[in-house]
Amino acid sequence: MTLLITVFAAVIATVKWYNRKDDSMRLGILCFLYWGASIMWFVDAIFEYIELQAEYFTPAPVDMLNDAFLGLSVVALGLIIWLVRLLITDPKGSVKMALRKKQL
Amino acid sequence: MACFLVSAAEAVVVTAVEKAEEKKELSAAEHQGAKAEMEETRIPLSRKLKWLTYMLWGGAVLLAFEHIWHGEVVPWFPFLTAMSDPADAAEMFHEMATVGVSMAVLITAVWIVMCIAANAIVKRPAVKSASSATM
Repeated sequence: MTLLITVFAAVIATVKWYNRKDDSMRLGILCFLYWGASIMWFVDAIFEYIELQAEYFTPAPVDMLNDAFLGLSVVALGLIIWLVRLLITDPKGSVKMALRKKQL
Repeated sequence: MACFLVSAAEAVVVTAVEKAEEKKELSAAEHQGAKAEMEETRIPLSRKLKWLTYMLWGGAVLLAFEHIWHGEVVPWFPFLTAMSDPADAAEMFHEMATVGVSMAVLITAVWIVMCIAANAIVKRPAVKSASSATM
């Protein structure tokens, strides 16, 4: 479930990157972040499948729920990392402009 | 258990190589500006290495979060719960050698394929609405 959610996040981020108007949002970093995690979880899934065989595809509902919760948390963490980096690097100069203003 | 550490270690090495390569490319560009302009269609190695570092760091950080979630990584010494028991530690090292190394190898293999594809795309003749893709 975690793998699936991360793959969907990676695909959505990549489609958004492909349709970008400019590079100011640095969406490429988000794509690499999610694809890197997806590849690593894919390897983890292969090893788990070798160990569990068909049982791998019939997880307990509680495990599935926990994995889904984890997957969503991972996606949120990825977004936070990307957002913090975007605000720090400030490619559009929006943060600098806001900080130089006397009032928000 | 700690499979993400292999990718994290690779990420540290690749980041160092990428920084050194970036420095080398910058100084080379200063010396031969005209030639650098001619090689506009070539993707610099430092940029390609940056793709690999993003994938490795991203994967390692998000997997580390998963390990924290499952209680395998703790904020106190020795940080990995498996390290407190020799049998668990042996299992952890085995997992790092199998799963961890496989993860690092697959990410690197995907990156190599990506680099080959990127080189081919850059060399392709321009179509109607060709845009310079930057990541």
